[in-house]
Amino acid sequence: MGAGHTHALYRDGRSPLHRLPPQVKLVAALSFVLLVVATPRTQLWAFGVYLVLVLAVAAVGRVPLRTLRTGLLLETPFVLFAVLLPFLSRGAQVEVLGVSVSETGLLAAFNVLAKATLGTLTSMVLASTTSIRDLLKGLERLRVPRSLLAIAGFMVRYLDVVVGEMQRMRVARAARGYDPRSLLQARAVAASAGALFVRSYERGERVYLAMVSRGWTGAMPDLGTPAATAADWARGVVLPVAGAAVCTAAWVAAR
Amino acid sequence: MSAAERVLEVEGLAFAYPDGHQALFGVDLRLHRGERVALLGPNGAGKTTLALHLNGILSGGAGQVRVAGLPVEKRTLKEVRRRVGLVFQDPDDQLFMPTVAEDVAFGPANLGVRGHDLEHRVHEALRRVGMEAHADRPPSHLSYGQRRRVAVATVLAMEPEVLVLDEPSSNLDPASRRELAEVLLSLDLTLLMVTHDLPYALELCPRALVLDGGVVVADGPTRDLLCDDALLRAHRLELPFGFDPVRAGR
Repeated sequence: MGAGHTHALYRDGRSPLHRLPPQVKLVAALSFVLLVVATPRTQLWAFGVYLVLVLAVAAVGRVPLRTLRTGLLLETPFVLFAVLLPFLSRGAQVEVLGVSVSETGLLAAFNVLAKATLGTLTSMVLASTTSIRDLLKGLERLRVPRSLLAIAGFMVRYLDVVVGEMQRMRVARAARGYDPRSLLQARAVAASAGALFVRSYERGERVYLAMVSRGWTGAMPDLGTPAATAADWARGVVLPVAGAAVCTAAWVAAR
Repeated sequence: MSAAERVLEVEGLAFAYPDGHQALFGVDLRLHRGERVALLGPNGAGKTTLALHLNGILSGGAGQVRVAGLPVEKRTLKEVRRRVGLVFQDPDDQLFMPTVAEDVAFGPANLGVRGHDLEHRVHEALRRVGMEAHADRPPSHLSYGQRRRVAVATVLAMEPEVLVLDEPSSNLDPASRRELAEVLLSLDLTLLMVTHDLPYALELCPRALVLDGGVVVADGPTRDLLCDDALLRAHRLELPFGFDPVRAGR
């Protein structure tokens, strides 16, 4: 267990993208994704340009294509939904590979697929070049309330601990011959889940006591993230500005 | 012995949990500056309950706790929690920040320390436990023994007057146990160590108290207490097989 969970996506490196302050990267990624979503779906070429932009940024961050490909697995549920759309939608029908499907459905499917893929790729690039700790620091600079960040931080910190406990319980069940073959045997798993919840709850209380013991009064201390320089922001806006140009051009072309 | 040299005074402390279970029935103890004292007792003797009173986490029963003359009450809590550093049994409970350095900074930051002073305190605390090379690692990547030492550092960074450790040797392998002992012996601090690990108590603490049934039933030199078979037996304390307190460490 251990390391794998918290840093599954992050790849250590010294690329210009790694060195960019996290708050800049967060703003750039979020605005780029919003621009992609705001692009009219009829302008297919625009999405091609977006893809080139994201891949270019990934190249700057030396993110291997393999990592991006793995990340796209996250998108699978959306893909399944998108595949159904051309068959479920009504309206003008077109023939694709001898099957009659709805034209608007096809466009809607492309829309979902293209935007989800670009969004996923953008977050993958962000996640592979920014550690979770830096992401939290960036969010702090962006004035996200500290208590929310503390909750996110605790989740990151204790995920390994809870997963470890869960695995030990699974091993302990298996060691006593537990080998579920039907849903009727799920009772032991449910009991374990309950025990895990109680244990985690009790741990939460102990962590709280440890925090209070060290003078915590309700506010998390400032993590002391340095401010981003103008030069950082100048580098950071390249992607959103390029995206804005594509988006504007797409809207003009769509009229 | 003047009052100023008494770092920790507990008088007639009694406490019952909200569910009615009474854990302490009038505890009296005094620690002088620089003393290292072991608080011995079987499971359920009230050791942890007592420890939680020393920095005001639990209160509300009868009796009083004073830290370097300062009574533990609501308006003194902040100062009391600076003066009494409590190290919890499970380092995973104590280390909750994303990195070791941030965790060590948590306490002093709550006291209002910032900037270079804060960095200095963090570095110094980690140096004292020999963990300065691991400052930027997440606690989950450390061994259990290393996490326990970092947990001590998180409290040292607050520059306490008394260090209270709850079962410091539990779950440690022999090497980690020895490393922690070396760290604890190198600290120039008043130490109260809650434990039922009798050899560890003998190694680290010249004086020991036995807590059982919510009262202090014995107080004296650790070696004398460990040689008192009847006392140990009466309070469910046992020496490990083959351990001879008379010859150990001599």
